[in-house]
Amino acid sequence: MRHIISVLLENESGSLARVVGLFAQRGYNIDSLTVAPTEDATMSRLTLVTHGNDQVIEQITKHLHKLIEVVKLQDLSESAHVERELMLIKVKATSNEQRDEVKRCADIFRGQIIDVTAKTFTIQVVGTSDKLDAFIEALKGSVIMEVARSGVSGISRGEKTLTL
Amino acid sequence: MTSQNTKTEMLSGAAMVIRALADEGVEYLYGYPGGAVLHIYDALFQQSKVKHVLVRHEQAATHMADAYARASGKAGVVLVTSGPGATNAVTGIATAYMDSIPMVVLTGQVMSHLIGGDAFQETDMLGISRPIVKHNMSVRRPEDIPYLIKKAFYIAQSGRPGPVVLDIPKDMTMPNERYPYQYPETLKLRSYNPTAAGHPGQIKKAVTALLQAKRPIIYSGGGVIMGQASEELTALARKLNYPVTNTLMGLGAYPADDSQFIGMLGMHGSYEANMTMHHADVILAVGARFDDRVTNNTKKFCPHATIIHIDIDPASISKTINAHIPIVGLVKPVLAAMVAQLEQKKTKPDSKALESWWQQIEAWRSVHGGEYQQDTPVLKPQAVIEAVSRITKGEAYVTSDVGQHQMFAAQYYKFNKPNRWINSGGLGTMGFGLPAAMGVKLNYPDADVVCVTGEGSIQMNIQELSTCKQYGLAVKIINLNNGYLGMVKQWQDMNYESRYASSYMDSLPDFVKLAEAYGHVGIRVTKPEELEPALERAFALKDQLVFLDIHVDPKEHVYPMHVPGGAMHEMFLSKTKRT
Ligand SMILES: Cc1cc2nc3c(=O)[nH]c(=O)nc-3n(C[C@H](O)[C@H](O)[C@H](O)COP(=O)(O)OP(=O)(O)OC[C@H]3O[C@@H](n4cnc5c(N)ncnc54)[C@H](O)[C@@H]3O)c2cc1C
Ligand SMILES: Cc1ncc(C[n+]2csc(CCOP(=O)(O)OP(=O)(O)O)c2C)c(N)n1
Ligand SMILES: [Mg+2]
Repeated sequence: MRHIISVLLENESGSLARVVGLFAQRGYNIDSLTVAPTEDATMSRLTLVTHGNDQVIEQITKHLHKLIEVVKLQDLSESAHVERELMLIKVKATSNEQRDEVKRCADIFRGQIIDVTAKTFTIQVVGTSDKLDAFIEALKGSVIMEVARSGVSGISRGEKTLTL
Repeated sequence: MTSQNTKTEMLSGAAMVIRALADEGVEYLYGYPGGAVLHIYDALFQQSKVKHVLVRHEQAATHMADAYARASGKAGVVLVTSGPGATNAVTGIATAYMDSIPMVVLTGQVMSHLIGGDAFQETDMLGISRPIVKHNMSVRRPEDIPYLIKKAFYIAQSGRPGPVVLDIPKDMTMPNERYPYQYPETLKLRSYNPTAAGHPGQIKKAVTALLQAKRPIIYSGGGVIMGQASEELTALARKLNYPVTNTLMGLGAYPADDSQFIGMLGMHGSYEANMTMHHADVILAVGARFDDRVTNNTKKFCPHATIIHIDIDPASISKTINAHIPIVGLVKPVLAAMVAQLEQKKTKPDSKALESWWQQIEAWRSVHGGEYQQDTPVLKPQAVIEAVSRITKGEAYVTSDVGQHQMFAAQYYKFNKPNRWINSGGLGTMGFGLPAAMGVKLNYPDADVVCVTGEGSIQMNIQELSTCKQYGLAVKIINLNNGYLGMVKQWQDMNYESRYASSYMDSLPDFVKLAEAYGHVGIRVTKPEELEPALERAFALKDQLVFLDIHVDPKEHVYPMHVPGGAMHEMFLSKTKRT
């Protein structure tokens, strides 16, 4: 099963390496990983997407907890949550026909064209990972030059928070 | 608390390191100097509270500190230089990590501004040690040193203990730059707060399950030793009259001479311990981690048992074997709470069921009572350990290396007290035994300290005989010399049709002369009748290190031994017999 785990981490040098090292050392998967400071400068929030059976996920959360710099964590996928990923995608768009087609497609996915040249479009799309996958799929007719995805970030719905 | 009129002391970073250790109550520091730590060594030289032991190889420093921790329960402290000094300490750090031993390792580092530039003797010690430490940190501002040292001790010694590395760039210790020194008395971390007492509801459930058991067993491990809970464990076991088995790391937590003790369990565990485990209906696992050398095939592990598991580390629980009643907490308070509940309960264990269970266990005991061939012309290693156990009345500190001799020591020495059996279980580090014995002897000079080793293992840190001379460490070395890397040979006998690929060591030194060359006493024993007098003489020489080079049967195997891939109760009992 796919899980999204959000971690509040002491903002100390090496703490990110410790998290990544844990996954490598114990043979757990990381499908995506994002990390950035929070409104409290002493803490970072890290969100990682992983998969495994219940026993593996249990061990992952236990081992994350054990890391001295992990302040708190939450398995977002255990309850109602919102998740988003951002993608920047550069496609070849030379002929008018191509340009129209890409634009139409971007509109359907509520994408924004954020850079234009005579030969290329760069589109920004935000959504769940599935939606981004679907957008790539929809562009199969065009030439995709480059894809940059942010990895998943997420937050619980309602009152529930992951804070100190 | 500092009162307003006491002036805060101003100390250099180097002086703060040593002063903080003194304030932490550290008596000995084990280490080896080098460029990056010379300021610290100079500060060490200028005081007398913290004493330094100069080893001959940094690995030995880590094992000395580690063994001190295993014997005392307090973190041992190591100081090494950057680069090769730090990397030489790696095996010792990993050894402590695998057995959850508290240790603080101070590693020198190149000047901060040189880090990352492949400077002379620079290694990324934080990176290297990350997977084998409980935590590691580096000093970024000299004024943080007291706090970081306090933090290192706090983390190393609390919760599930483990080694902590503190990397100290040389410019953090400049002798002429002084900063206010104050050692924190206590410390609280928002991100680290291990629970101590177990969940009361879970404890209640556990007591009920224990009282309902018809075929119970208590399986206790290293957590009871390091958690100083041997008394509580013994009280609980006696109250219930349930059989007790110990892991390799747990030996001594329950007295070996007691009739409720049924020996070690696992790969080389006793027949009765493994049989009792396999047939049990309730297993109380205390501070033990269901290691693969215990469980054998996890799919076939103890099919009838309800498992109660007490462990301070949630990640140990249901890691390899699912626990039905998990209790996260320190063994000491949890066991004490269980004993207290039993005292109040009217329900008693099912005495009839227990009686027939004990009859069954006694029957198993008589199948393979650890017998080995007697009256042979060549000395049996088992007989040597039995003699050592007899002469030291089961009260010596016994350290060991890794191999057959280690298993014989575990099986045949009668450990009646906790913290006396000191060996590398999780990493299985050859070379551990001698430095470990040194660490114990230094701190317990009046105790008998025995190092059980093999001619292979002893040569991995034999240079420490020189350190022993310098510090007058009168340990007794029992070298069970079988001329082979015996444990490897045993596997080759059993699995590779006795093709001894590199398990025979040619050109062994004359260990007696070698001991003498280092200034010690050496005694060679080649015949059974020489054993007792040699041991008597060795233990009578209170102030001398005695190296007993004892020639034992090269053909001997360790039994029982689990059948690979089988259940707990599937064992080879001798070269010709299996269950
Ligand atoms: C050649 C060789 C053969 C071996 N054969 C065997 C064998 O036959 N049988 C055997 O048992 N082992 C054997 N071992 C050792 C084996 O590899 C493991 O090291 C050992 O089984 C682990 O012991 P343990 O379960 O007691 O755990 P330890 O490694 O001692 O771990 C202790 C556990 O207790 C917990 N803990 C620590 N402190 C506390 C506390 N205060 N409160 C609560 N919990 C705490 C920890 O979180 C951990 O889970 C062998 C090793 C070698 C090298
Ligand atoms: C550092 C290290 N290298 C290799 C091993 C693998 N190993 C385990 S036991 C053993 C043989 C030990 O021989 P010896 O010390 O003579 O003991 P014996 O088994 O003969 O009693 C070896 C090589 C190990 N445990 N540690
Ligand atoms: Mg040998």
